Amino acid sequence: MAQMTLVQAINDALRVEMRRDSTVIVMGEDVGLNGGVFRATEGLQKEFGENRSIDTPLAECGIVGTAIGMALTGLKPVAEIQFDGFMPPAFDHIVSHAARVRWRTRGRYHLPMVVRAPYSGGIRSPEHHAESPEAYYAHTTGLKVVIPSNPYDAKGLLIAAIRDPDPVIFLEPKRIYRAFREEVPEGDYTVPLSQAKITRAGKDVTVVAWGTMHYLAQKAVEKAAEQKIDCELIDLRTILPFDAETIVNSVRKTGRMVVIQEAPRQCGFASEIIALINDKAMDVLQAPPLRVAAPDVVVPLARLEDYYLPDVGRIVKGIQKVFNA
Amino acid sequence: MPQMTLIQAINDAMRVEMRRDSTVIVMGEDVGLNGGVFRATEGLQKEFGENRSIDTPLAESGIVGAAIGMAVYGMRPIAEIQFDGFMPPAFDHIVSHAARLRWRSRGRFSLPLVVRAPLGGGIRALEHHSESPEAWYIHTPGLKVVIPSNPYDAKGLLISAIRDPDPVIFFEPKRIYRAFRQDVPEGDYAIPLGKASTVREGSDVTLISWGAMVRVCMTAIEEAEKKGLSVELIDLRTLSPLDIETILNSVSKTGRAVIAQEAPRTCSLGSELVALINERLLLQLQAPVGRVTGYDVPIPYFTMENYYLPDVGRVLKGIEKTVSF
Amino acid sequence: MAQTTNSQAHSNRYGIPYIQVLDVEGKADPAAVAALGLTQDDIKKMYRWMVTARTFDERALALQRQGRLGTYAPLSGQEACQIGSGFALKPDDWMFPSYREHAVQAIRGQRWLDVLTYWGGSEEGNRIPDNVNNFTISIPIATQVCHAVGAAWAMRIRGKKAAAIAYFGDGATSEGDFHEGLNFASVFKAGTVFFCQNNQYAISVPRAKQTHSETIAQKAIAYGIPGIQVDGNDIFAVYKTTKDALERGRAGEGPTLIEAVTYRMSHHTTADDWTRYRPAAEVEEWKKKDPILRLRLYLQKQNLWSEADDQRLQEEAKAEIASVVQEYEALPKRDIEDIFKYVYAEMPWNLKEQLGELREYLAEHGGDLPKE
Repeated sequence: MAQMTLVQAINDALRVEMRRDSTVIVMGEDVGLNGGVFRATEGLQKEFGENRSIDTPLAECGIVGTAIGMALTGLKPVAEIQFDGFMPPAFDHIVSHAARVRWRTRGRYHLPMVVRAPYSGGIRSPEHHAESPEAYYAHTTGLKVVIPSNPYDAKGLLIAAIRDPDPVIFLEPKRIYRAFREEVPEGDYTVPLSQAKITRAGKDVTVVAWGTMHYLAQKAVEKAAEQKIDCELIDLRTILPFDAETIVNSVRKTGRMVVIQEAPRQCGFASEIIALINDKAMDVLQAPPLRVAAPDVVVPLARLEDYYLPDVGRIVKGIQKVFNA
Repeated sequence: MPQMTLIQAINDAMRVEMRRDSTVIVMGEDVGLNGGVFRATEGLQKEFGENRSIDTPLAESGIVGAAIGMAVYGMRPIAEIQFDGFMPPAFDHIVSHAARLRWRSRGRFSLPLVVRAPLGGGIRALEHHSESPEAWYIHTPGLKVVIPSNPYDAKGLLISAIRDPDPVIFFEPKRIYRAFRQDVPEGDYAIPLGKASTVREGSDVTLISWGAMVRVCMTAIEEAEKKGLSVELIDLRTLSPLDIETILNSVSKTGRAVIAQEAPRTCSLGSELVALINERLLLQLQAPVGRVTGYDVPIPYFTMENYYLPDVGRVLKGIEKTVSF
Repeated sequence: MAQTTNSQAHSNRYGIPYIQVLDVEGKADPAAVAALGLTQDDIKKMYRWMVTARTFDERALALQRQGRLGTYAPLSGQEACQIGSGFALKPDDWMFPSYREHAVQAIRGQRWLDVLTYWGGSEEGNRIPDNVNNFTISIPIATQVCHAVGAAWAMRIRGKKAAAIAYFGDGATSEGDFHEGLNFASVFKAGTVFFCQNNQYAISVPRAKQTHSETIAQKAIAYGIPGIQVDGNDIFAVYKTTKDALERGRAGEGPTLIEAVTYRMSHHTTADDWTRYRPAAEVEEWKKKDPILRLRLYLQKQNLWSEADDQRLQEEAKAEIASVVQEYEALPKRDIEDIFKYVYAEMPWNLKEQLGELREYLAEHGGDLPKE
């Protein structure tokens, strides 16, 4: 077993699948010769050639649009969008077509494609490089939306996403691309989509998070434990379709829930999780549920970014509020 | 006072503003000579000329992008996107630029831009002509999102939107473009953005809705009243920023709430409202907040459209379920 | 092959060829016709397809006016563009339509019934047969251009000798997707035929207001690929040009942009009214260039076709379409599961729940939606 960072795990997933299945290709800006601006596709063009690790022109719309045509005719394209903030030019192809081809054709066609992008903030980047757009895709039925929070899950989930017969939006929390290493098996394994993971069992408060926020929540629940608050931490992993059962079962146990979201609060995905508990477990709530989310403002530039992003302190505060209510 | 349909009221709002303020222009596909495919811009090119009612090439991205430039320069463009389903090509300009210009320039530039589009289903239209995509724009800080439910509001809200210094996405419920007439004052009047309307007062449950669903709700309420129920109906009118005060005051009073929307369920405005109410009023709630929504499917083609669109019966069922909890 | 510059063409500043074989009077250079490689039977088949397409189109229009069909986009006037190019496609090639290519869909193996089913508001019309490499109707303008490029590109990568064709109108050439698609195809030598049916209007916006380029074909120059203008109402020219472009694509020589100059004889869709923005005289002028008339004149001049033949064909076409309409109106009602079934390969919990909710609701109202 190897110790890998999250981005190395992504790279390994791509390599494993490209070896196993000759229809898998990667495409995007600077992914080939350069190995990707984060090196996610490092070494792939060398091993598999220019026809399987493709440097495309600078055109997100064209990248996803052509990937759709490729997926229709027997390839499994993994299209990279260089940064979260550059997904909007491809929005039409993603929501008007990728999400709908199976439905539109009554299953005659389907699109086994992945659109991956480094996502979310905390790396002092320029504008449009720190977005958390998962809610747009969570609201778009027909897509799957996956967000790993650690290297082990990243590899397994990406392999599962590549093998999935439906289009997957795979968002990679860039802040933790290299933040830590973890044991990641060599070779081939999958982590199933639509299955949340209980990272820490507890009885007092259910904490739901994904991506970088889960990484911070892990620290927050340790701090909470010092204050004798025993949290159950859930890593959602797949945003759509999401694992409602794990969340509901947890809240039935704890009676209290806080959801951590890096995206702006209003109409973000955390609202759907609160709505889930409203629908299925309101009777067991001992306190109002709470979202710890970024404010409804544009992601600030580097100097004010830390005020915007939910940090460990704010997550702890949210846990305390729900515990003490 | 003249009686106007919703589409006539919209036409009148634009005429009134174009007369009052020479920087107001309309632009879009077929809006000039043809007066718009729904006749929303009928007569404007004749009165104001080709430079103020402009037929653009077929390019939503270009239309909104150019409108942004015009607004920066000092015009007040009203850009028409022909149908809700054609907004995605303009998504990048809307969320990456229009929404951010004031923030990005620290107020040096503001964007008094209106993007209008017909929204929603129920007219037996083709694919991409019956969408309810408001959640995407509600989730985007920096935009205002407005949707009238009747002619009087349509004119007053559109005039406010045109005068607003910030970008407004103005959705028009096409199902009721010509469904009924109402007294609409001639000349100039404005209805403030950010304020909901309590259409009907009641004490048993708060029903929250917007757009074409408001009339469906009104019929459902008539049925509910026959069964002895007293329902308070709130027409949101502005979806972002929400009139949180009106919403919370009402639900505090009734202790029960139902949201009725045409849009798909997951991660929608309905989810946000459920989350807000749960976070702030859990202890006053006597029942889970109900949601009557479109399903998490693309809106079906018209032979099965009516199964998707929430009808009077489903809204009534939602009311009864919440009241009898 | 006759190459002319006629009043439809331009100053030819960029050397764009304009191809015409069959003139408005049905006359053609015999050598040029021979070079097409078509038998007399082929030509009669083309004629039959065009007549059937128009019969279908007129019937569909009538059905819509009677409330028996939803909003419909008529193809009248563009039959040569569609049948001429469709005739050149091979089964292995992929076809990416916009929303007006009903005749191409049909000649490629989708049923006229499927076309009616789609415009009649049922997704079943998009259930394309397994052995037919057609993609679905694309309503968002020009997006199918990129899809076609991706397919051709994939086939090139996989060593498959087939091409992809994307159909779109003059309006679509203003969209970003058009430009991105041509650029990708040219960089990667993807064998895509970009077939623009320049029917002179994008709803109400005339071609001259859509782009400042004198021709649409010359936009190809910017991408380093061949651009050809062809008389879109001349089925021979359309056939030959498309065939050549497809052969280029299949042989790995890359994409081609074809601008077929034609005219939209009817409305943009049945929700439109062309009398609001174009003069009737213009429409009358284009009737003289009608593609079906032209080929009939040719067949008659070649003594290959009589009045009796034409009469019989008209009746057969009417009968064929009448039978399709009957089938269409007898389509069974679908189960509501169809609304939820095709979103994902496997129905997730939220959709299962929502299906259950809807079933319960219908059961409460005697099995169907309550009347309002």
